[in-house]
Amino acid sequence: MDFTFTEDQLLFQESVRDFLVNEITPERIRRSWESDSGRDPELWSQLAELGLTGMTVPEACGGLGMSEVDFVLLAQECGYVALPEPLVHSTLVSVPLLLELGGELAAQWLPLIASGEAKVVVGLEQNHWVEDAHIADLLLLQRGGNLVAATPGEVNLRHNESVDPSRKLFFVEVGANAQVVASGATASKLIESAMNRGALGAAAQALGLAQRMVDLSVQYTSERHQFGKAIGSFQAVKHHMANVAVSLEYAKAPVYRAAYAIAHAQDIAWHAVSHGKFAACEAANLAAKNCIQVHGAMGYTWEVDLHIFMKKAWALANTWGDAGFHKARIAQRIFAPGAALGADATFA
Amino acid sequence: MDLSYTNEQKAFREEVRAWLADNVPTEPLSSFDTEEGFRQHRQWEAQLNAGRWGMVTWPEELGGRGCDLIEWLIFEEEYYKARAPLRVNQNGIFLLGPTLMEYGTEEQKARILPKMATGDEVWAQGWSEPNAGSDMAAIRSTARLDGDKYIINGQKTWSTRAVWADWCFGMFRTDPDSERHRGLTFILVPLNSPGITVRPIPQLDGLPGFAEIFFDNVEVAVDNRLGDEGAGWSVAMATAGFERGLMLRSPARFQETARRLVELYTANCESADSDPAVRDAVIRAYLNAESYCLTTYQTACRLNKGGKIGAESSTNKIFWSELDYNMHATAMSILAARAELLPHAPDAHGVGAWLDGWLFSQSGPIYAGTNEVQRNIIAERMLGMPR
Repeated sequence: MDFTFTEDQLLFQESVRDFLVNEITPERIRRSWESDSGRDPELWSQLAELGLTGMTVPEACGGLGMSEVDFVLLAQECGYVALPEPLVHSTLVSVPLLLELGGELAAQWLPLIASGEAKVVVGLEQNHWVEDAHIADLLLLQRGGNLVAATPGEVNLRHNESVDPSRKLFFVEVGANAQVVASGATASKLIESAMNRGALGAAAQALGLAQRMVDLSVQYTSERHQFGKAIGSFQAVKHHMANVAVSLEYAKAPVYRAAYAIAHAQDIAWHAVSHGKFAACEAANLAAKNCIQVHGAMGYTWEVDLHIFMKKAWALANTWGDAGFHKARIAQRIFAPGAALGADATFA
Repeated sequence: MDLSYTNEQKAFREEVRAWLADNVPTEPLSSFDTEEGFRQHRQWEAQLNAGRWGMVTWPEELGGRGCDLIEWLIFEEEYYKARAPLRVNQNGIFLLGPTLMEYGTEEQKARILPKMATGDEVWAQGWSEPNAGSDMAAIRSTARLDGDKYIINGQKTWSTRAVWADWCFGMFRTDPDSERHRGLTFILVPLNSPGITVRPIPQLDGLPGFAEIFFDNVEVAVDNRLGDEGAGWSVAMATAGFERGLMLRSPARFQETARRLVELYTANCESADSDPAVRDAVIRAYLNAESYCLTTYQTACRLNKGGKIGAESSTNKIFWSELDYNMHATAMSILAARAELLPHAPDAHGVGAWLDGWLFSQSGPIYAGTNEVQRNIIAERMLGMPR
């Protein structure tokens, strides 16, 4: 039993955090809102140079061959800076789905993903819209019980603007001649796997987003004075923040356990993920609520950076399965006749 | 990261399980807040100790097994699954014991720990005073050094287990000119000393689970001082750290409550579903008990590798106390009209111990430092907000 990350994993997290915090500043995110695509090819190349686009791509295909446990802390850091680029999606959903599909598709696309030359996005019906479909070189789409692969020329996109200006959502129409890459039981299994991985990615980002909102609020309430004192010295303000800290502190281990369960293909992966997704998004939603409150009217402005993180947290809470979806899965587990529950069942 | 038990850990679990199966009393003991129940629980402590299961993390020479925190968690899981008796000496074994190991002299450890382990000496705590509750630095009870003894005067209150306990530990003001947290000293006091009056205080369940202790020129040998004179505050902070930290409330306790809550809901879901919020609360209870377990394992693994408990232990106390409250509140909703019935009422079928648990859960957010104090600590020490 060793529920800790290795020194190497923690060091990698630290260096990626340093890079992201320096590069993905709120100013840069605001600039990206002004561009047509909202995406920055130069930044994607930088991520590729650091090996991040190929984190989960096998070494034989030019990647680093790392696991979900290695990546979960990095996904958290992507949330911390509200990275607009689809790195978490690509690494945790697209790459593993291509690996599971195997064959020519994997052989063709995985090296291009690792090198940063291509982006592949996955669209499940659960999510209604496909994120970043406009910059994808290949789309893997659920159509009923099938998975189809489509190139940009084979799809029609309808942009749907999100409250989070960084999120680019598209309704995707795909021609009848798109290539079916999986069907039947195989497709169902792949779709569920992609769903779980997407939920893990959203959960990890939610942890980072919550932490960022806390950090911004601690800083703001330490600087803002009223009644002759920093407002952060008032208990009512402190307790808002402490409640977020408690919620966030207890959401981390479930997310890390979910990463481990997926990485080790454990039978519990589906409900471990649902636990992590629900807990992390609930923490992030509480952070959003309490952090805007302690910012006062400033929090309600476009100018203050809080909303960059708050809006992404809101959006992530309802993608890759909303709270109702994940709680229903937990209900399915705990109300099943003969379910193993209680002390000693957690790691059984 | 490796989230599986080693073969040694699995074998340890089997050993615990087998011993408990042979030894846990088949009939539940009476409440340890009754004279008869206290005696029964003291006897159980002796039995645990005879099997070397009293305090598995203690070193072997003190009757323990030198277990690490993961083995301790495994022990606790089996203990709560077996529905073994609550620990009447928890103030001693979980709070004072670890503090003594850190601050005590060799003589004190040898004199005090073995009798604590066997349950021959059960400990009460003497922190609070009528005007020093959350504001513990406002302590006024005094201890005046006179040769080789202290003369203690004053009053302690909310002293858990003090009615039938043998000793109490607490803080006393040794420097009459001192203020706040300076000039306080940590002293261990035999409760049968002349000049001590213990006045039981009935709790919500009507039983005297705590008491007031009055000290009237009570003489205590100076070798019962723990740590240096005037250093009581830092010794007490260590004890409070253990209290809020891992040891006092292991996840197993709450996971078993969550499991019983799922059972209670399943058995009564037809009526319980008249309020859809109940089902949601059961799901959340299970998830939060699981979160508490996962997070505790994570902390235990970090501590096993040499890490330290920090301000995050204050998040722990808020989390488990609110979890416990919410789980019992949900059980009360499920039991509906039956919820108010005492367990021995003639029509109280299937109400079990939920009402007792509900009453006790009211105290969680209050004792061991109120949750409001914990929130201040989290904001200031963990988040770095201004004082």
